[in-house]
Amino acid sequence: MAYSFPEEVLEYVFAFLSSDKDRNAVSLVCKSWYEIERWCRRRIFIGNCYAVSPQIVIRRFPEVRAVKIKGKPHFADFNLVPEGWGAYLYPWISAMARSYPWLEEIKLKRMVVTDESLELISKSFKNFKVLVLSSCEGFTTDGLASIAANCRNLRELDLRESEVEDLSGHWLSHFPDNFTSLVSLNMSCLGSEVSFSALERLVSRCPNLKTLRLNRAVPVEKLPSLLRRAPQLVEFGTGAYSAEIQTDIFSNLVEAFSGCKHLKSLSGFWDVVPAYLPAMYNVCSRITSLNLSYATVQSPDLVELISQCPNLKCLWVLDYIEDAGLKALSSYCKDLQELRVFPSDPYGAEPNVSLTEQGLVTVSAGCPKLQSVLYFCRQMSNAALIAIARNRPNFIRFRLCIIEPQAPDYLTLEPLDTGFGAIVENCKELRRLSLSGLLTDRVFEYIGTHAKKLEMLSIAFAGDSDLGLHHVLSGCESLRKLEIRDCPFGHKALLANAAKLETMRSLWMSSCSVSYGACKLLGQKMPRLNVEVIDERGSPNSRPETCPVEKLYVYRTVAGPRVDKPDFVWTMDEDAALRLS
Amino acid sequence: MAMISEEHNKEKLGFEETELRLGLPGGGGGIVNGDFGKNTNANGKRGYLETVNLKLNLSLKETEKGENLQKEKNLISCSNNAVKPPSKTQVVGWPPVRSFRKNVMAVQKSNSEEGVGGTATFVKVSMDGAPYLRKVDLNMYKSYQDLYGALGKMFSSFTMGKCNSQGMMDFMNESKLMDLLNGSDFVPTYEDKDGDWMLVGDVPWEMFVGSCKRLRIMKGTEAIGLAPRALEKCKYRS
Repeated sequence: MAYSFPEEVLEYVFAFLSSDKDRNAVSLVCKSWYEIERWCRRRIFIGNCYAVSPQIVIRRFPEVRAVKIKGKPHFADFNLVPEGWGAYLYPWISAMARSYPWLEEIKLKRMVVTDESLELISKSFKNFKVLVLSSCEGFTTDGLASIAANCRNLRELDLRESEVEDLSGHWLSHFPDNFTSLVSLNMSCLGSEVSFSALERLVSRCPNLKTLRLNRAVPVEKLPSLLRRAPQLVEFGTGAYSAEIQTDIFSNLVEAFSGCKHLKSLSGFWDVVPAYLPAMYNVCSRITSLNLSYATVQSPDLVELISQCPNLKCLWVLDYIEDAGLKALSSYCKDLQELRVFPSDPYGAEPNVSLTEQGLVTVSAGCPKLQSVLYFCRQMSNAALIAIARNRPNFIRFRLCIIEPQAPDYLTLEPLDTGFGAIVENCKELRRLSLSGLLTDRVFEYIGTHAKKLEMLSIAFAGDSDLGLHHVLSGCESLRKLEIRDCPFGHKALLANAAKLETMRSLWMSSCSVSYGACKLLGQKMPRLNVEVIDERGSPNSRPETCPVEKLYVYRTVAGPRVDKPDFVWTMDEDAALRLS
Repeated sequence: MAMISEEHNKEKLGFEETELRLGLPGGGGGIVNGDFGKNTNANGKRGYLETVNLKLNLSLKETEKGENLQKEKNLISCSNNAVKPPSKTQVVGWPPVRSFRKNVMAVQKSNSEEGVGGTATFVKVSMDGAPYLRKVDLNMYKSYQDLYGALGKMFSSFTMGKCNSQGMMDFMNESKLMDLLNGSDFVPTYEDKDGDWMLVGDVPWEMFVGSCKRLRIMKGTEAIGLAPRALEKCKYRS
């Protein structure tokens, strides 16, 4: 182009583009835009750590400041992915340590992080600021000590839901005395007690601290001391919220909470003694997010608390809230956007609480902004689902778990096809859906026909035949992640829709009926997919080709087959026949 | 993605005619020239995608669906048929509750009633010489035999000791245990609540499940220190 803008101007304009989609679009306009864009991209999101290699990323984007990487498939959360499967962080850190000395942020989900990696992070990136380890594992508190000791400019250390080998609480004391930059600390997943005086001093000297999520080991009587030192807190997670009822502890808490004029989010509440909940009432009017999912408190006490929170946008709670509590929620909290109800007794044979489909119907009717739901219950009906769908066409995420697999509509004993069909038909913006209960191929026909914006679908114990899977793969245009367990799907729909798999991030199928032979065929025909068979019974070559594999994980990649596979994972590709012999 | 053409919609094709069969490209079956789900009009064979008129099939083809299901089942010659209605406590990962949530409830439950019911008890299993750990849920097994079977399968590629005909480590026989302790074979041990390392099999199964914190499959030579307990036990039992 003869009269194009100078590079500097284009770079300046591109800096306003934050979405990856936009940046990717820009990089396709022409070669010079591709070059300019790649030099100024600062944030990278890698949805599947095996879709690309560190070398490829670094070669294309030399000036990255923030990376976000996801590793294991989602079903790893429920122990469906065997230990040792992969998703190791180290190769990424070792490559980035050489090429991104100015890296500031690392956010990870479901990756295996070792102390060695943490130490390398702490020593390689002089301006390191943000470390978020979500559902990660493989490290100990020694690794945390390296981070604390060496990252002079650290702002965020968030260990949400990670599995940390807790050697001691001593790591916190490694933050140097002149370290004052902390903005966010989430240590709620840790078991050991940290030195309380070290914690107090840390909180005192970090004036920008906005988020502090303590672990269970911090007792309630110590909370006032921390809250008084950090009245600017916006997000706070308590430790164990129980003690013998003592008036001075209570009044200290009331006073300390009152001082926190900016609190918006509360969490923690292990071992709650209901009598201490009112200590928070002063801050409730500003609260927008409440995580009570560890609070084993009965419905009346929950309702008392919730009734003080008219601005609540997000509530995570146990099913102790019951239908009655959800009714109260729907009348007090008109701004509610997200609701998650977790089961208090997921393995009990009989219901232990009075929480049914009615609770969800009531909330969907009363909360006009509700868009994201995760709901565990023991009974559901098509009528209820249809009512919910009509009440709330604005759902974006709808995850329903009826605890008994293949449970039918409890009123009519029919499958729940029409109920979920109503959900996908009415909720045109639905991006995430998890199904449960008795379902035939028909529900998949509805999904394929209507769920055009659906990006993630989770299926368990559902369907009759490959036609079901075919509906989903051929109809869901926006599908990125599909995870299936215990469904009678074989190879037909998979092979017929193989090209679709290249438009998706990943497909997981476990305890289905996909034969080894079909997996090999898929791997041979689709070189840009990694077709991985996970089977702990030994090499699939030792069984007939028609034998179904235990687990199948298929994902698109530009990095070729993995080189770090454990002995129970095999990549199907054109060399499969040679490699496995 | 291939489009369903008008012409094909008008033809009523039986479900089974459009089945794809396994086979090498160019051989009999629907996978032609390595193309999946694309128009392969050139040689007259149609992909699965084009020939299925969904509405038509769903309303008319109930019987054919049934036949097809039967064919599916015939393909599966192994006993590992995935779809049986499972009972709650036996199904791995169901209901889909994260383990840290399960553990919270388990602790609170055991505080208020005896027994831990159907909750999961995950322990790490390491094996000397193996490059990575495994995890097992002890509540999935009813006896030592069950557990040994699972452990044998998990680590079968690493065993150097005596294997039975299935290539799996045979831990089940007590007299074999004695042989194992003498050689370089592998022995299961566990760390209990007090931090002591014990030989697996010493205590009643339920007591073991309640007190086991982690498992380690040791080389027989290293387990020599634990041998006396096993020997003693054998004396009492025989």
